[in-house]
Amino acid sequence: MTDVLTEVGAIDCDVHPSVPDVAALLPHLETFWRDSAVERGLNSLDSNSYPLKSPLTSRPEWRNKSGLPAATAKEVGDQVFGRWQSGFAILNCLYGVQLLFSEDMAAAFCRALNDYIAKEWLDRDPRMRASVVIPMQNVEYAVDEIERCARDKRFVQVLVLAMQEVPLGRRHFWPIYAACERHGLPLGIHAGSAYRNPVTSLGWPTWYIEDYAAQAQGFQSQLASLITEGAVAKHPGLKIVLIESGVTWLPGFLWRFGKFWRGLRTEVPWVDRPPWEIIRDHFRLTIQPFDAPDSPEAVERAIEHLRSDDILLYASDYPHWQFDGDAVVPAGFSPALRRKIAIDNPLATYPRLKEDAR
Amino acid sequence: MNIEVRARERGQNTKLDIVDCDFHPKLTVEQMRPFLSNQWWNYIQTYGNRSRHGYAKGYAYPKMTPQAARRDAWPPGGGLPASDLDFVRQQHLDFYGISAAIMNPLSPTGQGDMNVELSVAMASAANDAQLECWTRRDPRLKSSVVVPYEDGVASAAEVRKRAGNKDFAQVFMLSRTGEAAGRKRYWPIYEAAVEAGLPVGIHAFGYSGWPMTSSGYPSFYIEEMTEHATSAQVMVTSMIMEGIFERWPDLKIVLIECGFGWLPALGWRLDKQWKRLKDEVPHLKMAPSEYIKKHFWVTTQPMEETENPDHLLEVMNWIGMDRIMFSSDYPHWDFDDPFVSLPPSLTDEQRRKIYSGNARALYRLD
Repeated sequence: MTDVLTEVGAIDCDVHPSVPDVAALLPHLETFWRDSAVERGLNSLDSNSYPLKSPLTSRPEWRNKSGLPAATAKEVGDQVFGRWQSGFAILNCLYGVQLLFSEDMAAAFCRALNDYIAKEWLDRDPRMRASVVIPMQNVEYAVDEIERCARDKRFVQVLVLAMQEVPLGRRHFWPIYAACERHGLPLGIHAGSAYRNPVTSLGWPTWYIEDYAAQAQGFQSQLASLITEGAVAKHPGLKIVLIESGVTWLPGFLWRFGKFWRGLRTEVPWVDRPPWEIIRDHFRLTIQPFDAPDSPEAVERAIEHLRSDDILLYASDYPHWQFDGDAVVPAGFSPALRRKIAIDNPLATYPRLKEDAR
Repeated sequence: MNIEVRARERGQNTKLDIVDCDFHPKLTVEQMRPFLSNQWWNYIQTYGNRSRHGYAKGYAYPKMTPQAARRDAWPPGGGLPASDLDFVRQQHLDFYGISAAIMNPLSPTGQGDMNVELSVAMASAANDAQLECWTRRDPRLKSSVVVPYEDGVASAAEVRKRAGNKDFAQVFMLSRTGEAAGRKRYWPIYEAAVEAGLPVGIHAFGYSGWPMTSSGYPSFYIEEMTEHATSAQVMVTSMIMEGIFERWPDLKIVLIECGFGWLPALGWRLDKQWKRLKDEVPHLKMAPSEYIKKHFWVTTQPMEETENPDHLLEVMNWIGMDRIMFSSDYPHWDFDDPFVSLPPSLTDEQRRKIYSGNARALYRLD
């Protein structure tokens, strides 16, 4: 194992299948929406969170002739199961259906997207699992979509974006969390914005690098909201996975949030224990990107500041270009921790994996 | 009673040279009146300040104590906390043996008002009132040049007006600006600050007019307090990515009451992405974390509380012991006591730097 920076049989908790264009979803749309998409000339729902040609969106050698990365189940499988020898992969599709403003249209496109993932991806490779993409534009529709997809055990998580119209802890979202709890589906929060608000609390930034950097702040706000509103306390079975978050902002956030919790907890009396305890019980983070300097010592220190071996999950974030070569796990993770994040922690996080991943 | 007992204990401890980098004197509009035109005085009487949120009086998120102040900070003779210099001396400056304090006046100074012309008038009046009511009366106090930051050109004029006056230690902005602080509209401020040889102190708070999170408005005051760190992260990112430090290599930024536990991880994140996205920002000549090391200072309060005390020291070392400056935030509720707030395991040399050495060098206090 010494030179291998992947983990045999690992569960890769963050892999991104592409949707080439809206045409790929047409067969899965109901007639009205299919006609509507064609008549209105709706060709693309690519999100500004990942400009297609940006170096971060894909490593160059992972793009096909037309520049699209992760275009087919075979391409993804060759890399993730072939080269990196993972046992399972969880597909998190980032196609921009959550950005639509019409609730009805968003719900229709979420249904089509989830069906497309099931048919074009999960059906083609039994090692693939996926997240249910839900229309956060309407809570009732979101719960309906969870109920519809939960029947297919290959859906192992519910997926939402880090930047929303309102913070995720708000009470009107709670039926979604109850549905997650009911079906053993963690709530996956992935980097990205529904672009209802500027991507920073100081307005729209100039450069794309600022947009991507700001995802880490988006995650911090959601953590604070989910805890202060009591969403986590109310749903003791809920697991929340922060995906593509960058990870290392967490300790600094907790030191501040924990201090203010001590001083201000009379405002939120239902938060009856320190935030870091709640985080360790309920929250998980995928390891790519792991925002730390390149040295193994620095990575080791950053891990130590998390003060938990249970909260990290193995993930390549394929095809996003987060690392070079095959260093899915950055140098500095101990062998014992590598085993935990690759297999034990994902199995503890995603109950639906257990049936297959024995 | 408590205060008397503690005062006796601390009397023996006063050899420590303390510079408080965040003291909030309460200016009143009455104190500013001599420096305001009749037009603006009448305007304030009729319309008042209108921050970029809904409430005519008070705050978007109700504070947890009146004026967000320590309950014992109300002067016995009346008036608002930190409005009475004699009581400030008794409770804070003399009590802790503070040898210099940087004054950062918050409202009512007009910063970030919906009416930018009002901000221009009030900022200038606030600067005159600081001199008249505070620095003139106690040589330990240093003023900050309050600037109407949403108008970069007017701000630069205010800085130039005060340049050379040793009573002013820095240019003063709030962190929740209408656009991120690296954007062009603020560049005249940085140019004037560098010209005047003054650091730019940016204090958490203010109302940008945007929701406090990238997911809209949070519900609670505890979130508002926590979110100041996220907007400070955005601000630092913006200042680096817009290239202002290449344009003004002598620009020095002090992050006041923004916390600092997040700063190393932000540098790591920006470095990592810069490696990948360099071609987008060719105006950067070095890694983002190097700009942080070269151009930023931080103040201590609210001091992060780590579960493992070694982790706090580690973070302080990552930032650099020569970049961290003590601040109390007097008279606010989350005030840090100079005698107990810093980690006890700091070396004497490190304590000396953080309590006073770094601030004396940066603000040229000697």
